[in-house]
Amino acid sequence: MNTGGNIIELHDIAFSYGEREVLGGISLDVPYGDYLGVVGPNGAGKTTLLKIILGLLKPSRGSVMLFGTDIKNLKSRSRIGYVPQKATNFDADFPATVYEVVLMGRYASRGLFHRIVESDRQFVKRALEDVDMWGFHDRLIGDLSGGQQQRVFIARALATQPDVMFLDEPTIGIDRRAREDFYDLLKKLNDGSGIALVLISHDIKMVTKHAKHIACINRDLTCHLSTEDFVKADKTQDLFSDDLDVFTRDHHHHHDTIS
Amino acid sequence: MTPFLDILHYDFVIRGFEAGIVVAIIAPIIGIFLVLRRYALIADTLAHVSLAGLALGSLLGVNPVAMALVVTILSSLGIERLRTTRRVYGDSALALFLSGSLALAVVLLGIAHGFDINLLNYLFGSIITVTATDVIAIVLLGVIVIAILALFYKELVYVTFDEEAARVSGIPTKSINTLLMFMSALTVSLAIPIVGVLLIAALIVVPVITALQFRMSFTKTIICAEAVSIISVLAGIIASFYLNLATGGTIVLVMIGVFLLVLMWKSR
Repeated sequence: MNTGGNIIELHDIAFSYGEREVLGGISLDVPYGDYLGVVGPNGAGKTTLLKIILGLLKPSRGSVMLFGTDIKNLKSRSRIGYVPQKATNFDADFPATVYEVVLMGRYASRGLFHRIVESDRQFVKRALEDVDMWGFHDRLIGDLSGGQQQRVFIARALATQPDVMFLDEPTIGIDRRAREDFYDLLKKLNDGSGIALVLISHDIKMVTKHAKHIACINRDLTCHLSTEDFVKADKTQDLFSDDLDVFTRDHHHHHDTIS
Repeated sequence: MTPFLDILHYDFVIRGFEAGIVVAIIAPIIGIFLVLRRYALIADTLAHVSLAGLALGSLLGVNPVAMALVVTILSSLGIERLRTTRRVYGDSALALFLSGSLALAVVLLGIAHGFDINLLNYLFGSIITVTATDVIAIVLLGVIVIAILALFYKELVYVTFDEEAARVSGIPTKSINTLLMFMSALTVSLAIPIVGVLLIAALIVVPVITALQFRMSFTKTIICAEAVSIISVLAGIIASFYLNLATGGTIVLVMIGVFLLVLMWKSR
């Protein structure tokens, strides 16, 4: 793996929904092995930016380079791990076991017309062991708790053997205890396996505790600092003001709603 | 001589079994993807579209089922197009095609009055009218559908479970969706002679929702749906033969009976 240089290079990314400009020209470099927390208020364009980086949306202006290649020409998509916002993307009655869900992570690496082989099964097993969920491989995904489900989705992303992993609000609806375990797991992946992480989160306390860099998005890139400098500069207040409080309370409401 | 051997003395019954089993195998595989994506109504819509195709075929003197196949495939691509461009809501697109094609069928059948068109056979199925050529066509197309589904199985599974993540991983989700619609149209057209236009949706949906009650893995759910489908089709054909009942209706009633039994058993 290339350890010098940048894994992501954004140049002047802009995006509008009709007349409304959501992103106003964002340039940002993320080095290999980084752990970037992307923070900003609701509706600031964080998820839109993520979708542009992943190639799900086309920017109205600007370019995205992943691994030094323009996203439009990127062939090796298995180097991208993606953990979507669980709550909105997932049908709890879907008839799939934990094992089957993680195996989906291998589908992309295999490509069209290629069968799943024994080595894929090894990757799945290892990915589930990495997130401490191998013991659950026979269970239905919908029967697990929110925190366990999110670990399985991490395992699915890991099974592709990514160099960079994108996580969109991964801890919404997960109780405090599971949330802390979850961040410990992310730290392990970043430190131990050298996977670069891009984490979109409202959970600013947790993000500042773990991430190496913080990017503040509010239509524009309003700050991009090391976490240390971010905390020192006390940017938290500028970003959220009252919004942060509201959101922290919201998390408590979710506390026991997971079956 | 046992009753079961007795039934096999009739060529039309054997042809019915052959065609019925092929349709029974294909329908649930298409069904599981449609049901889990909340597209169950697409099967019913395409079935109504195929009726317009049958009517058009009769009017033009072309093989009606072949014409139904062409019209259904073209419409399935039209529905998918309308749905993805979001000019209208997804379910409204289905309502549009469902009633629109029924309207077309009624008008065409009115014009075709005097042609020898057995509407009831198309509406409710009639294995007696399945010809040897029909069986060959059904088996051939059936093998093609199964081969294509096997080839794109993992992509279909991923897109069904998590379309966005599938797209990020490089799967061409648009093409996979179109392929699913295409396969649905093929399956619906194949099933016309067995259960008829109005009952096809049951064949595609009921075995799948029966299997889903057991809450099993994806693979086991498909196997279970296959078992329900094949057993119901065979039992339906045999029962309709001995009790002198309408075959398509009997098959669907057997399926729904199995579903209700499982539902009661599982909700106890």
